[in-house]
Amino acid sequence: MIVLWTDALIYLLVVTSVVFAWYLGRQQHMRRPLKKIAASPVAMASLTLLLCFALIGLADSIHFKDGDSRGNEAVSLLDVACDTMRKHGEKTYSAPFAVHGYAKETLALDDGSTRWDYPRLQYGGAHLADPETEWAGDVFDKTLSGFSRGAGLMLMVLLLAWGDQHERRRVLWRSASSKAVWAALFLVVSGCYTLFSLSAYYHVLGTDKVGEDVFYQTLKSIRTGLVIGSLTTLVMLPLAIVFGIMAGFFKGWVDDVIQFIYTTLNSIPSVLLIAASILMVQVYMTNHPENFNNLLVRADMRLLFLCLILGVTSWTGLCRLLRAETLKLREMEYVLAAQALGVKPAMILFRHILPNVMHIVLISVVLDFSSLVLAEAVLSYINIGVDPTTHSWGNMINSARLEMAREPVVWWSLTAAFVFMFALVLAANLFADSVRDAFDPRRAQAS
Amino acid sequence: MITYIIRRFLYALPLLMAVNVLTFVLFFVVNSPDDMARMQLGQKHVTEQAIQNWKHQHGYDLPLLWNGGQAGGKQLTDTIFYQKSVNLFLFDFGISDSGRNIGTDIRQRMWPSLALALPSLIVGLLVNITLALLMVLFRNTYVELGSSVLCVMLMSVSSLFYIIGGQFLIGKLLKLVPISGYDSGLAALKFLILPVIISVVAGIGSGARWYRTLFLEEVEKDYVRTARAKGLTETQVLFKHVLKNAMIPILTGVVVVLPLLFMGSLIMESFFSIPGLGSYTIDAINRQDFAIVRSMVFLGSVLYIAGLLLTDISYTLVDPRVRLS
Repeated sequence: MIVLWTDALIYLLVVTSVVFAWYLGRQQHMRRPLKKIAASPVAMASLTLLLCFALIGLADSIHFKDGDSRGNEAVSLLDVACDTMRKHGEKTYSAPFAVHGYAKETLALDDGSTRWDYPRLQYGGAHLADPETEWAGDVFDKTLSGFSRGAGLMLMVLLLAWGDQHERRRVLWRSASSKAVWAALFLVVSGCYTLFSLSAYYHVLGTDKVGEDVFYQTLKSIRTGLVIGSLTTLVMLPLAIVFGIMAGFFKGWVDDVIQFIYTTLNSIPSVLLIAASILMVQVYMTNHPENFNNLLVRADMRLLFLCLILGVTSWTGLCRLLRAETLKLREMEYVLAAQALGVKPAMILFRHILPNVMHIVLISVVLDFSSLVLAEAVLSYINIGVDPTTHSWGNMINSARLEMAREPVVWWSLTAAFVFMFALVLAANLFADSVRDAFDPRRAQAS
Repeated sequence: MITYIIRRFLYALPLLMAVNVLTFVLFFVVNSPDDMARMQLGQKHVTEQAIQNWKHQHGYDLPLLWNGGQAGGKQLTDTIFYQKSVNLFLFDFGISDSGRNIGTDIRQRMWPSLALALPSLIVGLLVNITLALLMVLFRNTYVELGSSVLCVMLMSVSSLFYIIGGQFLIGKLLKLVPISGYDSGLAALKFLILPVIISVVAGIGSGARWYRTLFLEEVEKDYVRTARAKGLTETQVLFKHVLKNAMIPILTGVVVVLPLLFMGSLIMESFFSIPGLGSYTIDAINRQDFAIVRSMVFLGSVLYIAGLLLTDISYTLVDPRVRLS
């Protein structure tokens, strides 16, 4: 098993979030907002979708050495699951469900003559003897059978859940949000099952310029999006929390210095700061090629650096919020009482202030997630995002620009990136909204 | 008031100094001038002499911070830090790594940037505020629910999709306006229509939602209840009273970004090949021209700080309750 840097950090992140969720669940005063989220069908359905994405991302984060390749190439669990897609490369573009290539070329016929026509694809629809007549029926059959198997699986699970006789759990199943969760799960599982079973015979989302399956690319891109959205917060949180709370609590010169730091960072346009740092990383990498000999390690380091830099540029907003909140909290009676009792400042910060600003931290983390995923695409477009060899939605969109100008239009790469990105960001936005509604005291009172 | 502004100016100086030092550290300490020379001249077949020549030509052959070889004040001034950074304070941006005068370039490219950014801002503001007011007017109905959902969906689409989709639909399929390009004078108008429309549409989701929350906060307040009790209609209340009071946060939010409009929009300008500062920056990033990127970083921070100052001043102008001290 190979553990890349981002992999290790992802494991750390998963552990942290599980611990945090467990901690939240135990806090008495956090129960009410958590229950409010659990009662909202939209929030729970989008959380389910997010967890499905996270599962794919996690499967893509477990790397090990490829058994049958000679080099030091690492494959992930997702690569193994998508083995057929990964190996079924064509020569160049092909449309979704196509059996013929995108461009005409000279074909050698059996009798020795040549013909100028669209070639058959090597893998897409290769099992069809006569594509013109069989194609529509075959696609329909395969879709139906894949869907019915996936749906059947889910129905069985649903039946098992429904048959559960325990009275308390039965009440739980009947609530609107659990129905939403089951509906979302049903759609995702049966949809995935259909696409996966189809992709053994066809390229469901077509192939790109070098003939790589686009569906495989989008699946791989999920990890990049999630890493950018989540690891950045891992970088940003310590900075924002420590500086924000300290500035608000100690006031005086500490406050001045911290305010100075974040105004300075804020005043540099963040895109330029990111660009400058990425340029530096690139120069460093070209000057020290011995540390980055492996392509995967190189791409991984760049992804990690991008998260670091994004974290450094984005902690200031949360820091300012935390500072303002701490300024309010430090005048509260319980903090004054703790001070009067002689509790050390560090202890006050940790025991009394930190738990009371946690809701702000939580809200801003979920709110930032979607904007970071969107930012990745923009940064990749300016060439200061992830490594060009990394699969990411940004890189797919970037290449799609030229593809849209082709004739006939190559629309499938862009559409695939659009659909997946939209699903992830929409789910994140909806979930973030309900988290904010539940945890923000001002909004909680209003409703 | 005057003393306050002067104090803010004095406070801006250390900030700019810090920005300067930070960019200097980023650009010169992490990679040496030798690396930069190699990057500009190409990785292979570069003689030591060529590198020395390049460094001398661009003034990178001095020590970084302290020149021990010189006497007196020259120990400080004859260094890369002094030569390259202090001149920025006088807005003397020097020569780019590819040999062009950065100051002239910036002055030239500022106007196309502004021609795109200003209409986008104004039209976007009008559209967003109108939509938000309508959403508040129809609050607690299906209209509001539907439009909220629509806003979230619009927000979840990457701005790149709006641009590519808009270019494809309006430029390529319908052939209403040219896909990209720029012209001087009034002829630029037909090139600017599409980018302005797209940037307005791309901003509707988050913008309308943001203004809606502002208006909703105002609608709860006492003066609104008084106005209703007086017998005013809901539209009169919204457009006369709520809008006026909500103008304060809206206005200050706009004033912050006003100076930054000069910097242009990176993505828009490069997609539509408008020769503004945004595409200038992107080109510099792609060519790895550090001198330009450094100047743009400095210019950006100056404008940001100017924006902060303008915000504070505009607060006092629109809201007499706020006193600066």
